[in-house]
Amino acid sequence: MKLNGSQLLCEALIREGVDVIFGLPGGAILPLYQTLPQFPQLRHILVRHEQGSAHAADGYARVTGKPGVCWATSGPGATNLVTGIATAQMDSVPIVVVTGQVSRASIGTDAFQETDITGITLPITKHNYLVMHASDIPRIVKESFHIASTGRPGPVLIDVPKDVQNEVVEYEESTFDEMYAKVELDLPGYKPTMEGHPSQIKKAVQLIAESKRPVILAGHGVIFSGAYDELRELAEKAQIPVITTLLGISSFPETHVLSVGMPGMHGMAYASLAIEEADLLIALGMRFDDRITGKPSAFARKSKKIHVDIDPSEIGKNIPVDVPIVGDLKRVLVKLNKLVQPATHSEWVQRIEELKREHPSMDIRETDKLLPQFVIKSLCDVTEGKAFIVTGVGQHQMWAAQHYTYTEPRSFVSSGGSGAMGFEVPGAMGAQVGRPDRVVWSVAGDGGFQMTMCELATLVENKIPVKFAIVNNNVLGMVRQWQDIFYKRSFVATRYTANPDFVKLADAFGMLGIRVTQKSQVKAAIQQAMDYDGPAIVDFVVEEDENVYPMIPAGQTINELIEEPRPQEARRR
Amino acid sequence: MNNNGTSLPRHTITALVEDRPGVLNRVSSMFRRRGFNIASLAVGHSEEPGRSRMTFVVEGDDRVVEQVTKHLHKLIDVIKVTEISDENVVSRELALIKVKADAQSRSEIIQIVDIFRAKIVGVAPDTLIIEVTGDGDKLESLLGLLKPFGVIEVMRTGTIVMERWTGSMHGDGGTRPRKQRSTTSLANIWGEPSSV
Ligand SMILES: Cc1ncc(C[n+]2csc(CCOP(=O)(O)OP(=O)(O)O)c2C)c(N)n1
Repeated sequence: MKLNGSQLLCEALIREGVDVIFGLPGGAILPLYQTLPQFPQLRHILVRHEQGSAHAADGYARVTGKPGVCWATSGPGATNLVTGIATAQMDSVPIVVVTGQVSRASIGTDAFQETDITGITLPITKHNYLVMHASDIPRIVKESFHIASTGRPGPVLIDVPKDVQNEVVEYEESTFDEMYAKVELDLPGYKPTMEGHPSQIKKAVQLIAESKRPVILAGHGVIFSGAYDELRELAEKAQIPVITTLLGISSFPETHVLSVGMPGMHGMAYASLAIEEADLLIALGMRFDDRITGKPSAFARKSKKIHVDIDPSEIGKNIPVDVPIVGDLKRVLVKLNKLVQPATHSEWVQRIEELKREHPSMDIRETDKLLPQFVIKSLCDVTEGKAFIVTGVGQHQMWAAQHYTYTEPRSFVSSGGSGAMGFEVPGAMGAQVGRPDRVVWSVAGDGGFQMTMCELATLVENKIPVKFAIVNNNVLGMVRQWQDIFYKRSFVATRYTANPDFVKLADAFGMLGIRVTQKSQVKAAIQQAMDYDGPAIVDFVVEEDENVYPMIPAGQTINELIEEPRPQEARRR
Repeated sequence: MNNNGTSLPRHTITALVEDRPGVLNRVSSMFRRRGFNIASLAVGHSEEPGRSRMTFVVEGDDRVVEQVTKHLHKLIDVIKVTEISDENVVSRELALIKVKADAQSRSEIIQIVDIFRAKIVGVAPDTLIIEVTGDGDKLESLLGLLKPFGVIEVMRTGTIVMERWTGSMHGDGGTRPRKQRSTTSLANIWGEPSSV
């Protein structure tokens, strides 16, 4: 059997279960592109900007759990991927990125469109490769998918020089399958710890048995390890309230009596207070991000802490813990659940109910104005909480986290760790490609939307029916909120005075566009967009100066919690 | 030294790594990104073909060492990581020192060199080059004694270490004594590694 590098790569991708690639061609990846017609199983979606391809691969991976794949040419093509790769790295999303590179002989000469992309992406990939021989491609692809999707998932980049794509390799075996089956992973330094240490699990069980006021903090790891059932079992068996981080949203049904919501900077006040009052935190697949802890030395001082994570370096990184458990969350919970004794904690559960009543911060105030919170709440009502929601970054993201009720795993998709504006359009594209059976709504900010809206053309071209709810406040809302609260209302560079007409824009791209300015129009517009057979934009023109509450200022403690607008701001309402 | 000019405890960590292009870059990039303080770094081939051994001297408290160890371990090209306790290790560094030496001072310098079991490896009419190996303290005190003569240039390698027990640091056999540490011992929280 004789195959060239490009064919080897495509064959290997197919064996890894890849069915779609987001990409955009260029000289250094042309050999690979020119072999694509030989592989009709590989659907290629031609994006308008490489950042879109990386975010789309990421969105695809978040909703399917399978690694997403994107590729780009060398130089500017590769550097355009950087934001998307960093986003996947911060949120532990498995993606495999292929970049073209200049020919081997030209490497290091500053050749046309040469960029050291493996060097650039060192700190933002889980691992990366520069392929120097076509014969290494099968092993490298196998390793890449293995590394991306096991342990703590993350992005892996494969940089392939143009002449390696053309290099022909001859094998003794007569089929690729035969050869690929024999390829061995060469990763002696990579052995993720899957099973939690039994004595640590016993210690955790002990702490749970002793605690009177336990809470679970559930993060993205619950979703990645597929531990929803196990999480529920633990919560129900020992009656432990569940708090989810931003990326932990949808790992536990929010309709459940034990669901408390999201804590931290813009979390529900009662969730942050529950952490403050708890005597035991059971942190599952989360990493004590500073948006949750605020000032680390003042975080949850009354509690002992159990931390389960597959990445040992997360344990003790930000917050000291009493019982660290390294392992795959699902496997750890299966063992833990067997040992945990049923309990009730009814006083504590009641106390949290009381906290919820005392801090009705998720109530939307009565007004005739069109409030963004009302838009999200209506979206939840009309979609019956069944849509997959992808967000941008900013105020709308927080409202989407607060006011939609998520019950199904993977139904909330958002750039958490990196906080990448511009995720809302291509991220939603990838999510919809991954879950064509579901309604995907992108909750977008008018700012972030404009960063990557070129992908609307991709959506139309490929009949990808994402629905957009633009929470259009004409400002870079979240930054404006900081200026409002922390910079004495000195508004600098946060107002867009010439936003495009998003309805006309929809029209220009060949989509349905609807504008909503009145409360009374909201639900009908959402329904109309859903009934439309194709991508659609609903431009919700909302109050410009609405802020997200509650808010715990960065690096502060729960004592600094701002639950309501400050008097000065309230006067404006 | 940290920014306040106070000195932090030093720890020695060794890593067995794949001998591939870019590995040193990966490791140093991780140190830089995480803000860990490397006092010294030495790299060379190990007894296994295709694998190198790195020795780091890191400044910081136990928590820092734990994080350094864990983050090193996380790199795919890093095969094994060991923190070396100060007891029971042989620790060596090599220095080349060029020192002014005229007719009067020459014999005095040679005497000092002898006391330190160092070697004269280069002679010129007005300078000597001295080669010395030993732990950091020995090198420092030799340098201190040579200073009055006029030290022109100093080249030092990083520190390398080896434990005084029968096995290899990253091997499985041997009789490595269990190390007592105040921070959570990693072995107690990492369960059985299993390939997936
Ligand atoms: C790429 C990028 N640039 C800048 C920021 C900083 N930032 C965070 S939120 C925000 C404003 C977002 O505005 P918009 O998308 O309109 O959403 P809104 O907050 O108004 O809902 C900005 C600029 C960011 N998160 N990402």
